[in-house]
Amino acid sequence: MAFSLKLNGKDHTVEAEPGTPLLWVLRDELKMTGTKFGCGVAACGACTVHLDGQPARSCQTYIDDVEGVEITTIEAMERDTIGAAVQQAWVELDVVQCGYCQSGQIMSAVGLLSENPKPSVEEIDDYMYGNACRCATYQRIRAGIQRAAEILEA
Amino acid sequence: MTIETTRRGFLTSAAAASAILVVGVRPNGALAAGGDAMLNPFVKIGADGSVTAIVKHFEMGQGPTTGLSTLIAEEIGLRMDQIGFEFAPSDPQRYANLAFGQIQGTGGSTAIANSFQQYRTAGAAAREMLLETAAQAWGVDASELTIEEGIVTGANNAAPLAEFVEAASALEAPTEPRLKDPSEFRLIGNPDVRRLDSPAKVNGTAMFAIDLHLPNEMFTMIARPEQRGALALGFDDSAARQVAGFINAAILPNQAGVAVYAENTWAAMQARDALQVEWDLSAAETRSSDEIQAEIMAALEAEPTYNVNKTDQTATQAALDGAAQVVEQTFYFPLLAHAPMEPLNCVIEANDDGGITLHDGAQMPTGPHMAMAEIFGLPMEKIRINTMLAGGSFGRRATPEADYQVEAALAFVVTDRTRPVKLVWSREDDLRSGYYRPAFGHKVRVGLDDAGQIVGWDHRIAGQSIMKGTAFESFVVRDGVDHSSVEGASDTPYQIPGAFFGLTDTEKATSTLWWRAVGHTHTAYVMEVMMDMAAQAAGRDPVEYRLSYLQGDGGDQARLAGVLRLAAEKAAWGEAPAGHAQGVAVHKSFGSYVAEVVEISGNAEDGVKIEKVTCAVDCGLAINPDVIKAQMEGGIGYGIGHNMRDQITLSGGAVDQYNFPDYEPLRIGDIAAIDVHIVPSAEAPSGAGEPGTPPAAPALANAIAAASNLRVGVLPMDENGVAFV
Repeated sequence: MAFSLKLNGKDHTVEAEPGTPLLWVLRDELKMTGTKFGCGVAACGACTVHLDGQPARSCQTYIDDVEGVEITTIEAMERDTIGAAVQQAWVELDVVQCGYCQSGQIMSAVGLLSENPKPSVEEIDDYMYGNACRCATYQRIRAGIQRAAEILEA
Repeated sequence: MTIETTRRGFLTSAAAASAILVVGVRPNGALAAGGDAMLNPFVKIGADGSVTAIVKHFEMGQGPTTGLSTLIAEEIGLRMDQIGFEFAPSDPQRYANLAFGQIQGTGGSTAIANSFQQYRTAGAAAREMLLETAAQAWGVDASELTIEEGIVTGANNAAPLAEFVEAASALEAPTEPRLKDPSEFRLIGNPDVRRLDSPAKVNGTAMFAIDLHLPNEMFTMIARPEQRGALALGFDDSAARQVAGFINAAILPNQAGVAVYAENTWAAMQARDALQVEWDLSAAETRSSDEIQAEIMAALEAEPTYNVNKTDQTATQAALDGAAQVVEQTFYFPLLAHAPMEPLNCVIEANDDGGITLHDGAQMPTGPHMAMAEIFGLPMEKIRINTMLAGGSFGRRATPEADYQVEAALAFVVTDRTRPVKLVWSREDDLRSGYYRPAFGHKVRVGLDDAGQIVGWDHRIAGQSIMKGTAFESFVVRDGVDHSSVEGASDTPYQIPGAFFGLTDTEKATSTLWWRAVGHTHTAYVMEVMMDMAAQAAGRDPVEYRLSYLQGDGGDQARLAGVLRLAAEKAAWGEAPAGHAQGVAVHKSFGSYVAEVVEISGNAEDGVKIEKVTCAVDCGLAINPDVIKAQMEGGIGYGIGHNMRDQITLSGGAVDQYNFPDYEPLRIGDIAAIDVHIVPSAEAPSGAGEPGTPPAAPALANAIAAASNLRVGVLPMDENGVAFV
């Protein structure tokens, strides 16, 4: 059936079966592949998007439940003040290795900095706990969030 | 000749039409250059001056796209923002890994080591051809000219290199172009060089194979048996037919599973789950991991099959019999999954010319290339491999059998081949149907004299060979010994008197596969815990004790001692604050030398917190120092995370773990800080992707021992007496 989505500031209509995770609507129907599939059980955070500004796991978010909700994905982060700062910090520090989890990491980092402009290391570790990185880039993720906070403060 | 002509068609897709100066090698290894006459090069330069490195290795995050591009840019004389990269097509002749023979592939931390001279030489040849062309145009001698940041400069002239590309493409490649002297390096060794793949990986545009969508594609998931080796006899898809988007299902020709085809990934997942498959279990694995462990531990008590170094075992026994004290420890290392972040996947499509293209994060393209040629009954040149970014691998994307690519090919071959087939694995597929770091056991007895000096070292290893029964057996197995079972132990650079290394192969209960750092994942742990126990028994400082076995002029010993001293110094060894404890390990693997000091707070009973890991690495000339640091950071995390809390277990042949909740990845708070130092070196570059992993877990184990008087011999730690906070 047809669903109306507010996605990255635009209205979309997509055909999908009720109960389809938003993740697969984004990836397979809209071909917006920046949002990644990692586990399917909300245990890795690779599929993180924002729903009304709050990070959420799109693998456990169903298409039926997001009508009227502002959905934001990694593809829109360049146009977001905090998103752009995080991306800049990520490139400055070369946070990425394989890069597959980094869309989700960045979406979570933006969520953190939106709530807390100067998070402590403990606050970063707490907030980012659910975003797994098998390359173990955590050290740089932590530094990247701190660097993004600096960029935003300036 | 046939190959040359038929490959020409491929070049149009592999290389931009505007490329007119290309430099690579002929099949005999000689440099070659030219326009479209030169196929499958290492570097190509467009008429507009755009330079592209053709990267023969795949990118799983370890950095060869940046590394090989750096080598080309350095030799030509470019800034890093003046070079781009593409992945090479599959060509086992021109793009062979020089460490592997006639196989194109990435592994053993060789991407830089085997490409260093090759890519520099190609870049240098391009530079000389451009300079010769400019020299002729300006009527000056080429020796007066240089290329700086893409500008040909000298003899009172300056022009962008683009002006000389077309004429340069008519020249013969120089046979021995001059490589730049290290004193001329601006990019090699420069810590400010940034990764070329960062920008696309932070904005969602980086294309992994799982991101590829082709027109008219079908999505495929495979219903596999719970127990390896079971064969599909039939299936009932009546429930699957209720799933919207389900197309159909078919038993794979090898009966290893049933392919489910659907219009999207979600439908494929649901339909696969709804499929009822009848399995023939007569050849299926039924053992449990407890039985595997029991077999390995029993083998350690029996006489080893192989005397690895053919040393005098009775002399070792006599030394132990006469020792003032004997330090003894038994170890067990469980199966481990690789669990790369991007689940395994690939896409297969038919081409208009009757060929087949595989789109894949291809770690070892030659494997799937050959396998697909056989499956489709096509000559090699009709099989194309489009290498895409890989979301991690740690060895998993290269199997001797090309397992998932073959699976996709079989799922494609039974269709009418009009629709591309995209195979996707779930995380459950990855953990359950995968290939594992084999289980290994070690039993070591170290005899010390009155002064605490080692007089004998009896070291028995038992486990499942990785290489036996594969195409790699003839390269790696010598006199029955699979070197990957003993590497890092029997070839230890420690100058240990009276050493004996015995090996017994045990039965393979599941597929075994190289896993980041391969045999070193267990041998380094054992060697470094034993050295620590020996030092403790001797009442000596663990760093000083190790250094005493790294004396002399041997390069290995000096370089290991160098990283050990540096790590100890940077970690303030011996000066941990109250409530903290330190542990150290040092190990050589993949040609590189790494020492790590782990500092923890707490203890095994109340909870251990990893406060800091200090690492010193000597991997020869550091091409991209920041990438090397990142590889050490990641390698440390990989080694520590799995040994803290991960294992794959089997019950009646079926894997118990299903997804990340019970194969818990390292998380951001697990290691509070990592500090990496690179030893300056002019030696040839060696590995970086793997060598950071082996010392990490033993350094942690030794820190835990220092805090808790607990020696963890059976892994993972959290199942064997260590709490983490």
